[in-house]
Amino acid sequence: MKKKHKLARGVAVVGAGMSKFGMFKDKDSKDLFAEAFREMLASIDKGFDPNDIEALYLGNFTNDFFIHQGHWGPIISDLIGLAPKPATRTEGACASSALAFREGVFAIASGFYDIVLVGGVEEMSKRTTEEVAEGLALATVPYEGRVGFTFPGVFGALATAYFHKYGANREHLMNVTIKSHSNASLNPKAQFPFSIKDMMTMKTETAKKKGKPVPHWDDEKAFLRDPGANPVVAWPMHLYDCCPISDGGACMLLVAEEIAKNFTDNPLYIVGIGQGSGKGLHAAADLTTMEATKNAADEAYGMSGLKPEDIQFSEVHDCFSIAELIHIEDLGFFKPGQGYKAVEEGLTRRDGPMPINTSGGLKCKGHPVGATGIGQLFEVWKQLRGEAGERQIPNKDLRIGAAHNLGGTGGTCTFTILERR
Amino acid sequence: MEQRPFSDISYEQYLREEKLMGSRCKKCGALFVPPRSICIKCYSSEMEWVEMKSEGRLHAFTCITVAPPFMMEQGFDRKHPYCSGVVELEEGVKVDARIDGVDAAKPEEISIGMPLRVKFLHWGEAENRQTYLAFQPA
Repeated sequence: MKKKHKLARGVAVVGAGMSKFGMFKDKDSKDLFAEAFREMLASIDKGFDPNDIEALYLGNFTNDFFIHQGHWGPIISDLIGLAPKPATRTEGACASSALAFREGVFAIASGFYDIVLVGGVEEMSKRTTEEVAEGLALATVPYEGRVGFTFPGVFGALATAYFHKYGANREHLMNVTIKSHSNASLNPKAQFPFSIKDMMTMKTETAKKKGKPVPHWDDEKAFLRDPGANPVVAWPMHLYDCCPISDGGACMLLVAEEIAKNFTDNPLYIVGIGQGSGKGLHAAADLTTMEATKNAADEAYGMSGLKPEDIQFSEVHDCFSIAELIHIEDLGFFKPGQGYKAVEEGLTRRDGPMPINTSGGLKCKGHPVGATGIGQLFEVWKQLRGEAGERQIPNKDLRIGAAHNLGGTGGTCTFTILERR
Repeated sequence: MEQRPFSDISYEQYLREEKLMGSRCKKCGALFVPPRSICIKCYSSEMEWVEMKSEGRLHAFTCITVAPPFMMEQGFDRKHPYCSGVVELEEGVKVDARIDGVDAAKPEEISIGMPLRVKFLHWGEAENRQTYLAFQPA
């Protein structure tokens, strides 16, 4: 019989902050985290004393490699005046801060702490694209990296398997990209707050200014089919299938459920929290699904008693367009092999029945890997509290939202369900 | 067969000797490539080496244009892409491998299910010599 997971006591989110995501030559990890921390402080409706924070859990993946500085727990704890209280760094590749969130939840649920800060930060843009590819490949399974697989390469291989099994093609991946860009155009914190149409206009304007031949595309798909505008990175992953290189920080304040109303009348409760691990490409029985995601979903649904159809919207880890298709199926939002059709029919649009990645997703919001997990939960926080501005999901009384985060090539996956009561 | 440890180091040594080797559990018969020292089906540690027939079919692939530095050293870049893939061996297990002898600039011409046979790609000299598991069209 499956164990039903539960927290020993309830935990709530009472504050959240996120820096703008992007490529910032003039900002470092501390600047980015400080930006997120200031917003988190301001977000706590009834105010609070930061000295009440008892511990920090911080996700970070690649700073050791990209900027040759590790041991980020105490650096950030000192930045926010928390030292000498404990700071713990979590590493789960691109799911590093989802693990920080989970550790923070468990620390409170155990009864040891009442008030915990969880966050993530990453600084990636000070390296070349090739160096970033090499750094991220640290999180591939060793046998993958050895034979030349990069991150886009692994997801490219998943895409060929998905195409082969279900008859999908590149045009279906383009639907994911077009939707993500459309959402991001309403997100001022996104790295690319532009629709594909905006991108097309910008390209033609640049060509005009430079006196170069002005390109013309009939529509968004024509633009995405143009190898000049959208070159291949790792077939069939093209530039617009891939998340960008990003810098950013994010954090959330977690407290024990019984004191949550001291901070806000509108806390969000952690009703489901799941995690899973995976073995890599060669050991997967089926490359069109990720067992780590399924395990995370099982844990989270089992704990909450909720079913996929109870989730009203979700952020889903779309490091590459194909990942969104695979995960919306693995999380049970759509049946296996139906994800690409659902996106094509507009079911995952912001105004559709199951909005996915209203933030613009990793593709457009940006993917500072160690900050992404909590960055996704930040969007769930904004939507559930009705604070998402122009991109607020329309015509729905939002109560339950979720975020799925993936690390590596499926080595670590998490699924977290938040509820507004 | 000599008793090398069932490890990634042994697996790489065998590749340098142009052998694709896996481990088989003596208790339950489960086959693992690359080798495992602990059977994850029955948790026995009684393993034996088995050499693969080294024939298989392409299960999934990608053609990479943005190459990591160690592949750029081998002459690959945005103008010279390379193919990596997952190959399902005749024995029923899958391995990650370079796919050689295909035109990585024309991925449309590479098809899943195509029959492949092993090829060992060597790179570098003396103690720097590396061997990469590869497959090419059969």
